[in-house]
Amino acid sequence: MSAPSTATATRPTAPSTRPIVEVRGVSKVYGKVRALHAIDLEFEPGRLTSLLGPSGCGKTTLLKIIAGLIPPSEGEVRIQGRPVTGPGPERAFVFQDFALLPWATVLKNVAFGLELRGVPRAEREERARHWIAEVGLAGFEQSYPHQLSGGMRQRVGLARALAVDAQVLLMDEPFSAVDEQTRRKFQEDLLGLVAREKKTFLFVTHSIEEAVYLSDRIVLLSPRPGRVAGIVEPKIRRDGDPERIRRDPVYLDTVETIWRGLKGYVE
Amino acid sequence: MQVAGFRLPASSSLLLWLLLWELVGRAEVTILLPPITAIAARLVEIVPTPSFAEALAITGQAFFLGNAIAILVGVPVGVLMGRSRIADELLLPWVNLFVSAPLSALVPVLMLLFGIGQTTIVTTVFLFAVWIIVLDTRAGVRGIPPSLLEMARCYGAGPLQCFFKIHLLAALPEILTGIRMGVIRGVKGVVIGQLLVSVVGFGHLFEIYSSNFLMEHFWALLFVLFAFAVLVAEGLAWLERRVDYFAAARH
Ligand SMILES: Nc1ncnc2c1ncn2[C@@H]1O[C@H](COP(=O)(O)OP(=O)(O)OP(=O)(O)O)[C@@H](O)[C@H]1O
Ligand SMILES: [Mg+2]
Repeated sequence: MSAPSTATATRPTAPSTRPIVEVRGVSKVYGKVRALHAIDLEFEPGRLTSLLGPSGCGKTTLLKIIAGLIPPSEGEVRIQGRPVTGPGPERAFVFQDFALLPWATVLKNVAFGLELRGVPRAEREERARHWIAEVGLAGFEQSYPHQLSGGMRQRVGLARALAVDAQVLLMDEPFSAVDEQTRRKFQEDLLGLVAREKKTFLFVTHSIEEAVYLSDRIVLLSPRPGRVAGIVEPKIRRDGDPERIRRDPVYLDTVETIWRGLKGYVE
Repeated sequence: MQVAGFRLPASSSLLLWLLLWELVGRAEVTILLPPITAIAARLVEIVPTPSFAEALAITGQAFFLGNAIAILVGVPVGVLMGRSRIADELLLPWVNLFVSAPLSALVPVLMLLFGIGQTTIVTTVFLFAVWIIVLDTRAGVRGIPPSLLEMARCYGAGPLQCFFKIHLLAALPEILTGIRMGVIRGVKGVVIGQLLVSVVGFGHLFEIYSSNFLMEHFWALLFVLFAFAVLVAEGLAWLERRVDYFAAARH
């Protein structure tokens, strides 16, 4: 597939700032399954990039390679110019199934990343409280995960990732397990977060609408083995009313273009 | 049980059996079965004696030492088997073999290795208890959602932090079940060990009582051991129920 050719679709332009994450020729083979093939990508600070592609094309695999959780079969990932050999404090992960500690309170869960880094108790709890309030969970500090709804649990996962103050946030379909209303609220909140926090967001999703709504840039992956099939940069104004975006003609056009491009794979 | 419209407590069937025992004992059917009241009287008599206190101390020591070592070895080995395929393939056949093997048969070999004494008994307790702890811990660790461990690694946990902050806690319900079953086996271990070694603790007392046909003493001692086993099992079951709230909420 070639990159969709509308005014909204552009090839990656020369990066304005130095990329914080560089993916160089990354391939991944699981036994006989070729999951990823020769991925080259760069991610700049302060932007949200979505990875969009059909199920099984290696989106999770790519995110985990960037996280340093699994090694690539070929190629390398660099963070701030340094090759990745494992997880690091500049990266935090938000899991699709939340990955909360069921025996620990919201407060302890959010503080967990800091606890592992040896931050003293008083300090880490103060920072955890701040981020719990920031994601709208104030008052639930002493609740346990099983007492929360799916949407609230994912907010805990998000607060935990934000609390460690990593520059790169890797999010694997974070909103796929919540209902549509919650999802929309989440998306709006996330836009606010991207605007405020100046962090680099890598966002995996199945949903074209979600990708277009949130992203500065969308990386389209082909079916297995996943390769970069195209890059779309929706030029959508995101200031003002978040509801307006969904009616923006550019938003609707971009969704339509990507859908037409992906249709080929479905048929 | 209900008799003539009265609801009797669950233990009342036991009373019936005790009554039957008393009658058989009074009828002097066999020397092996003295009346239960005589046994109770003997119980009250021997429990305060120094030889009983000494036996209790040495038995308790072997029991707690053997179980403690079994837990300290069994839990880490179980975690290792649960997370490493190589370790699992190397160790699982042995663990499966020993968990169902008639371990009493090994005690004579242990006596040759460790001599006739406390070391052999501690080792017997350990061998009775450890395998089920390993197996249950392993099962618990294998049930941990992979994303929980990925999460820990991702936020910078090393192997030791993963062990203490994820494996131990996430598999805690299974580990406690394993420990309870291990400790119950440990009771068997300590009794069998002492009976076979028969020069220390209760084994020594049993030896004296049975060779002198002191049947009231013999039964009194047996009741003490039974009570001890039940008490230990119930105490651990209570502890297990306390962490159950989270086992139910895990998934
Ligand atoms: N640990 C593994 N061992 C073997 N094969 C794997 C493993 N992990 C992933 N795969 C395979 O690699 C391919 C890509 O998997 P991945 O989970 O990255 O896809 P995905 O794009 O995230 O899919 P989805 O949208 O369904 O989450 C799949 O075909 C999957 O079966
Ligand atoms: Mg996935």
